[in-house]
Amino acid sequence: MSEAGLIKHISHPHPVTGVTNSKLGVWCFLASEVMLFGGLFSAYILLRTGVTDWPRGHEILNVPLATLNTMVLITSSVTMVMAWASLQMKSLSKYRLYMTLTVLLGLAFLVVKAFEYGHKFEHHHFPSTDNFYATYFTLTGLHGLHVIGGIVVNLYFLLFGVKMWEKEPDQLAGRVEAAGLYWHFVDLVWIFLFPVLYLL
Amino acid sequence: MSHDASHGHELPFWRKYIFSVDHKVIGIQYAVTGLLFLFFGFCLMMLMRWQLAYPGQPLPFIGNLFSETAMIGGIMLPEFYNQLGAMHGTIMVFLGVVPLAVGGFGNFVLPLQIGAPDMAFPKLNMVSYWLYFTGGVLMFASFFVPGGAAQSGWTSYAPLSVIASSGQTWWLVGMAFLINSSLLGSINFIVTTVQLRAPGLSFSRLPFFVWSQFVTSFLLLLAFPPLMAAAVLQLMDRLAHTSFFMPSGLVVNGQVLEGFAGGGNAVLWQHLFWFLAHPEVYVLILPAMGIISEIIACNTRKPLYGYKALVWSVVFLGFMSFIVWAHHMYLTGMGPNLSAFFQVTTMIISIPSIVILTTLILSLWGGSIRFTTPMLFALAFLPMFGIGGLTGLPLGLNAADIHLHDTYYVIGHFHYVVAPGTIFALFAGIYHWFPKATGRQMNNFLGKLHFWPSFVLMNFIFMPMLIQGLAGVSRRLYDPMQYAHAQPTQPLNVFISISAWCLGLAQIPFIVNFFWSIFKGKKTDQNPWQATTLEWTAPSPPPHGNFVKEPVVYRGPYEYSVPGQKNDFWPQAMKENN
Amino acid sequence: MNNNYYGWGLPVDISTTGWRVDELIIVIHWVMAVLFVGWFSFLIYSLFRFRSRPGHKAEYHTKHFKTPTVLEVLVAITEVVLLTAFSFPIWHQYTQGLPPAEKALHVKVVAEQFAWNIHYPGPDRVFGKADPKLMSSTNPLGLDPSDPMGTDDVSTINQLHIPVGVPVIAELSSKDVIHSFFLPVMRVKQDAIPGQKISLWFEATKSGEFEIACAQLCGLGHYRMRGFFVVDEKDKFNAWMAEAAHT
Repeated sequence: MSEAGLIKHISHPHPVTGVTNSKLGVWCFLASEVMLFGGLFSAYILLRTGVTDWPRGHEILNVPLATLNTMVLITSSVTMVMAWASLQMKSLSKYRLYMTLTVLLGLAFLVVKAFEYGHKFEHHHFPSTDNFYATYFTLTGLHGLHVIGGIVVNLYFLLFGVKMWEKEPDQLAGRVEAAGLYWHFVDLVWIFLFPVLYLL
Repeated sequence: MSHDASHGHELPFWRKYIFSVDHKVIGIQYAVTGLLFLFFGFCLMMLMRWQLAYPGQPLPFIGNLFSETAMIGGIMLPEFYNQLGAMHGTIMVFLGVVPLAVGGFGNFVLPLQIGAPDMAFPKLNMVSYWLYFTGGVLMFASFFVPGGAAQSGWTSYAPLSVIASSGQTWWLVGMAFLINSSLLGSINFIVTTVQLRAPGLSFSRLPFFVWSQFVTSFLLLLAFPPLMAAAVLQLMDRLAHTSFFMPSGLVVNGQVLEGFAGGGNAVLWQHLFWFLAHPEVYVLILPAMGIISEIIACNTRKPLYGYKALVWSVVFLGFMSFIVWAHHMYLTGMGPNLSAFFQVTTMIISIPSIVILTTLILSLWGGSIRFTTPMLFALAFLPMFGIGGLTGLPLGLNAADIHLHDTYYVIGHFHYVVAPGTIFALFAGIYHWFPKATGRQMNNFLGKLHFWPSFVLMNFIFMPMLIQGLAGVSRRLYDPMQYAHAQPTQPLNVFISISAWCLGLAQIPFIVNFFWSIFKGKKTDQNPWQATTLEWTAPSPPPHGNFVKEPVVYRGPYEYSVPGQKNDFWPQAMKENN
Repeated sequence: MNNNYYGWGLPVDISTTGWRVDELIIVIHWVMAVLFVGWFSFLIYSLFRFRSRPGHKAEYHTKHFKTPTVLEVLVAITEVVLLTAFSFPIWHQYTQGLPPAEKALHVKVVAEQFAWNIHYPGPDRVFGKADPKLMSSTNPLGLDPSDPMGTDDVSTINQLHIPVGVPVIAELSSKDVIHSFFLPVMRVKQDAIPGQKISLWFEATKSGEFEIACAQLCGLGHYRMRGFFVVDEKDKFNAWMAEAAHT
């Protein structure tokens, strides 16, 4: 479509770049997110290397529970891909199934995290307790906010997906793909957080 | 999405002008809000200049309007002076210059210059503006909370900022809004520039204005998040009493500081802050370079000299800007090796700046120079940016920085770049693109009346600061008379302050001109400057969707005075000879 | 306050190493002046020569200028010289060139809002122990009275006295926020950062009464964080030390 006044490459990729606007947009956004979490990880490294008495993560945090959570998040990435693939294969019902699973798995992750936090608070361990806890709560907290954001977006596409599917199916597939890229990134951040905070 | 309600249907007022998704409306919103904040920030400075010129003297008339937490009997309190200092910097940089230069000019001009109907994500664009607006409201409101606004410098160094009053929290939350506004805006700019260029508009035919906004957007995209991280950490320190930036064993006001576990690192804040704030200063200058490039090409009636050098320089500058940040931190106990690295990168980054400045000066050679009002401001930018850039050299060499660090030399240096530098470029841009936005010309006489006093006064204000800096006078001093080494230059403070107040008066012709011309300015056609770039083929002002027919580009952006052509300009989108 | 030391421009320099900082500042400003005059003259000339006037047309193709490239290379070379011949060696001496510990006068400078606490080790040349928990208005350094090495220590508020011709090693730190220790007449400046101890060295060549300034915003008293920096002939300094030890 090159009708005057309409924005191009919303649903159809640009012939030279090969991507739609939303896909390029999400990649740019993810680049900024890398810098955000990169800044936080750098802060963690500077703080940890500056002292001699930093505790080992596995001595303080629940590794089995976090391992379970890691599996939950990885599985949700798989179901996210399946949701998008279902749209590619034009199956709205399968899309809704997989997207629902993705949302539920995301919520499960948060529930486990809530248990972890609650357990710490019960034992009077707060972010102010020391910098290990400060780093743990801040990094996982900010990650958790990103998970919530992702769940909200996915929920939106789940609930309003039908209307969009009927009006502009290509655009819905593109947007779900973009949301999927974000969701994979959130998963990837956790895959860095988990060993750094819990194992080292 | 695209044009649901707008094709043929009239949108209600609030959707057309308040919550508009049209890049031109949003651009004007950014520009007007930015100009208001520039004015407000300027007023804060004028108050500071009273205390600096006449320390401890009551401010006549206006002084009585302030509450007792700011001025007692019209005499300024140190805490209020520090608030004015921190907020003047914050407001000018984050609420004034960048929103005007990027949000205003970028939004309005960029889609037009690439032949696009709008930005790639119009709704996101609208959200970006309102995030900025909210951040601005929070920053303004912070003056009225107990303890007043942030008062730890725009740099908010820890631990001072962690133990400061609640205004600092408002600053951090306000910054979070501004950062997210910029992030969303930069994504929009990058995707729009990459994806929505008109047919025939390759990257090598882009106006330099678009290149400068494009590189700026990458700086905003990648440099702001570490400051977001830092703001989160400082908020955690202030609100949850973590100790990210709080070392152990602090004793404040004679008491051991309770509630903090310690073990933190005060310099960590500086690393995270300057990692953004250095690229940020290039965010301040790059759009300005883009604006004046357009104006110089148009008013010399010839192509810019060295377009390729300009583009490579600006890209290289953007890249280098990420690896010089610790030249702001030479005196934090840095050893020879780390400081050598940052000195070398700082020297290297001066090269593309020199190339850009030289190339723009050379662009005058062989031209037929029209001294229009925008051209006067654009020309003045060149030597002013020259002084600003050159005074960066002694600061970038740490051995000289030993004496000059945190003195008025620094203030003189960066103001030369931003004030008669960037802000002059922004004025130039307003005079230049006003006809496109409104369909009317600004008054030429008032423009020159605005320019000449402003140019002279800017130098009266900032050149003496370089002298004060060499004398060792520190920044952020509420009362400079307390130090013997600062007393001899006190007459300069009086001179500077009077010049600053006169500079305020010198803006009146501009303010009058701006508003009067909106309603009564001489009506103009779509290309009053006889320029070549795409925005001048759209009507003035352009309708929603910008172009009646999508333009097609046949040549580069600065085909002026092409031999064999009848007119001395050959528009990019004109197919045939003219 | 004796204002023969200060004016419009660099303050008097009474240090053994400050001349190198001044030399660099002066050399750079000459470079800056040459560049600026060159650019600015060319700009004014171009504005005059190529002003729009009847009969004058712009040129589409202008010649390629070689001079700018030459100049850019010269600037780059100049920067390399400034770095290698001036800045690197000066900074190396500034941070690594500490005098031998046994020859120097050691002093600790502990900054706080809004004063400079100066701590001398006394004749035994060993600093007494200090603890933040012991800090009070009468004991701003938190000196431990039970430490025998601390009984001969001398501490002052805002009085840094040093003898002429003796190198001084100052260890900077802070009790609360970041301050910056600045001696204008010695061309030394260094941040005093809480949680860190940063060493600085200097040696005075002339006696006189000068000042310490704070060069990093540290709160609402930043402007009045002036300390007294007094350089005495050796005898006068020893006398002062002896008297200060008894107060």
